Amino acid sequence: MSVAVEFHEIVKFFGPVRVLHGVSFALEPGHVYGLLGENGAGKSTLMKILAGYEALSGGELRINGRAVHFSGSRAAEAEGIVLIHQEFNLADDLTIAQNIFLGHEKRRGLLLDDDTMRNEAAVVLEQVGLKAHPDTPVRNLIVAEKQLVEIAKALARKARLLIMDEPTATLTPGETERLFKLIAQLNASGVTIVYISHKLDEVERITSEVIVMRDGRFVAREFTRNVTRHQMANLMVGRELSDLFPSKKTAAGESEQEPLLRVQKLTVPGWAHDVSFEVRSGEIFGFAGLVGAGRTELFEGLLGLREHHAERIELSGRAVRFRNPREAADQGLTYLSEDRKGKGLHVAFGLRENLTLMALKRYARPWLNPKGEQQALRTAVKTFGIRTGSLDIRASSLSGGNQQKLALAKVLHPDPRVVVLDEPTRGVDVGAKRDIYFLIQKIANEGRGVIVISSELIELIGLCDRVAVMRAGRLQATLDAEHLSEEALIAHATGTHQTGTH
Amino acid sequence: MQREPIKQELTEAPKQDTAWTVATRSLARLHGIGPVVGLVLLCVAGTLLNPDFATFDNAMNVLTRTAFIGIIAVGMCFVIISGGIDLSVGSMAALIAGCVILLMNRLGLAGLSPVAAVIFGMAFALMLGALFGLAHGLLITRGRIEPFIVTLGTLGIFRAYLTYFAEGGAITLDNVLSDVYSPVYYGSLIAIPIPVFVFAVVSVTGGLILNRTAYGRYVQAIGSNEQVARYAAVDVDRIKVITYMLLGTCVGVATLLYVPRLGSASPSTGLLWELEAIAAVIVGGTALKGGHGSITGTVIGAILLSVISNILNLTNIISVYLNAAVQGFVIIVVAFLQRKRK
Repeated sequence: MSVAVEFHEIVKFFGPVRVLHGVSFALEPGHVYGLLGENGAGKSTLMKILAGYEALSGGELRINGRAVHFSGSRAAEAEGIVLIHQEFNLADDLTIAQNIFLGHEKRRGLLLDDDTMRNEAAVVLEQVGLKAHPDTPVRNLIVAEKQLVEIAKALARKARLLIMDEPTATLTPGETERLFKLIAQLNASGVTIVYISHKLDEVERITSEVIVMRDGRFVAREFTRNVTRHQMANLMVGRELSDLFPSKKTAAGESEQEPLLRVQKLTVPGWAHDVSFEVRSGEIFGFAGLVGAGRTELFEGLLGLREHHAERIELSGRAVRFRNPREAADQGLTYLSEDRKGKGLHVAFGLRENLTLMALKRYARPWLNPKGEQQALRTAVKTFGIRTGSLDIRASSLSGGNQQKLALAKVLHPDPRVVVLDEPTRGVDVGAKRDIYFLIQKIANEGRGVIVISSELIELIGLCDRVAVMRAGRLQATLDAEHLSEEALIAHATGTHQTGTH
Repeated sequence: MQREPIKQELTEAPKQDTAWTVATRSLARLHGIGPVVGLVLLCVAGTLLNPDFATFDNAMNVLTRTAFIGIIAVGMCFVIISGGIDLSVGSMAALIAGCVILLMNRLGLAGLSPVAAVIFGMAFALMLGALFGLAHGLLITRGRIEPFIVTLGTLGIFRAYLTYFAEGGAITLDNVLSDVYSPVYYGSLIAIPIPVFVFAVVSVTGGLILNRTAYGRYVQAIGSNEQVARYAAVDVDRIKVITYMLLGTCVGVATLLYVPRLGSASPSTGLLWELEAIAAVIVGGTALKGGHGSITGTVIGAILLSVISNILNLTNIISVYLNAAVQGFVIIVVAFLQRKRK
């Protein structure tokens, strides 16, 4: 059984906001489609409609020529359509087998038939190439393995059309390779894949056709081999993307300056070991490494969020040691977490409360001054280019890119001397990425030290003056602008580099 | 090193409010006045059922009875907004009452003037409340124990110690001291009973602290998402400890107003006060899981609950014995009406 999908003039409203404006296109069985678009282009909403998670407000969804109205994801699954969410839908406390059959448990009379479920789970695990026992609790799996469980779950439900939303966002290059092999394998067995990703190199590699959406509308579809990455990006943002990164300033003479932040032999037990580095005023200093290399944990240690010890830490020439982020902020060091919703922003709060939280003392004498806060918000909205209809909305109402700009404005509000930005463009569309790169450049030009932790090599190469590479908790090398290349970064990050540090 | 604030860059200016944001905001405001509407309807019903209801004396009577629970509810509101809970407030009030009476009697016997003994006793009530709150706060933050568990434990401990001190009976305040102390409950200030006056002061102060101080903002930030608050350089542990101390102090205030009413403390003193205080907060529209809430709502919630019991007292429709049941139904109905908001 194959699934041919046709979207016909699909319209979707969220409240009074129209997010899809009559989208029409068709998906033939057996292809790997890349679905492209900036955040807010409507691609996720459209796919949620296809997978039964959202009801459409107008138009028609046709499966194999027949108009359907899915009452929920189970109805879509019955047609062989399964969506794998960016954030996985797995119950951590249950085993792999229990997760795979969650809601579809096999029974023998009144009791669960655990043996059958275990055996069938083992079959699909074999198919996706996950070497784990079906009785392993999902909690014990790493992210890449959880993703394989999600795919195995889809296979167990006889998926014929698999929608993957940003599947490689948290995978290492090796895990990504394995996923691509699996996708090719599934496709060869006749499964249609819809692949949503911001990573155009991946889209270029694995898809046969790309479909581009913008502002809730269908924009274009092309055979992947007929378009370049550059053309894809232009189609997504709807304008010539002449230059994603600001031009780097010449770094001449700056190395003579005293460093703003000097870290000597910082150890975060279990995560980072004897890491030393220096960041100068006006410098953008990158941190590269695979997921799990200990970069985030290193800086959480520096901030006092984790147990740590160091030979010496100096900020602006003074020896410091932070027991919590409060002390760090007071001394002029702030940190933007990679986990925007979990650690970065109060999404249920207004923009104003988010912006001023780290520097609230400034507005309290002792009564808070809402007018002053509102003025600060107005300034930040302009300075950071936060696009919002109203100033009196919750942070959750902003798009991902604008939330990130707000988070950036928040960690800069205490006027830090050094700011650490952990994955500053995660889950952000191309247009907002460019905005953020120029903001980071501007922050550095103000004389601050900027540390950028990123898993996107192109970003580090395009943005940073120097990049430190970490592997398994140790700093492998620090590369300056002349020696920055994808090959060098990957070699150090994976430990395949032969000649040692530069 | 000279640093300038980030230069302004050209982007589109924020647009005017759309009809949608205006509509949602007025809807939110409408939600906020839900308890007020309920209270007004109850008062209309009360007036129709019994002419004695709508008198100044009865209003002051209701407010005086509300004062104890209301003052505790204001403190409870902070704890709940911060994402915590305190189940021990009723037992804490009983133990504080017992200790205060014992201290006053002891001081009186030691030859201190009755006025001085009473003042020392009142100060002791506040100090004990803050101290119990400190213990809760430290166990919850440093000890990393769930607030529910910590205060469930102290709920038992506090009441057991009162029962032990009272040897199963009642601890009674000496008559001389009682006469000196009684105006604190029975006295009036410009026709307004002292407890009502104190209730008003506590409420206004609580509202100001919650909405107009950095501390209040931190409390909301912690309740909304503790991790985000921690990463945003908020001293989460300190704020939490202060919040429990604030509630303890509120219990102290409520107790020192309550003691002169009966002049004694027994194992049934403050029974189920925690239920009424938490109910007042929830009926007032504060989310039990924390993050946001309102002192005004809490005050109205507390008044609403005692108006219900007052109406039951004044009329014969429902037996007075079912007072707690009616309050229980109200809590469930209110929670039902509010469930869509998240």
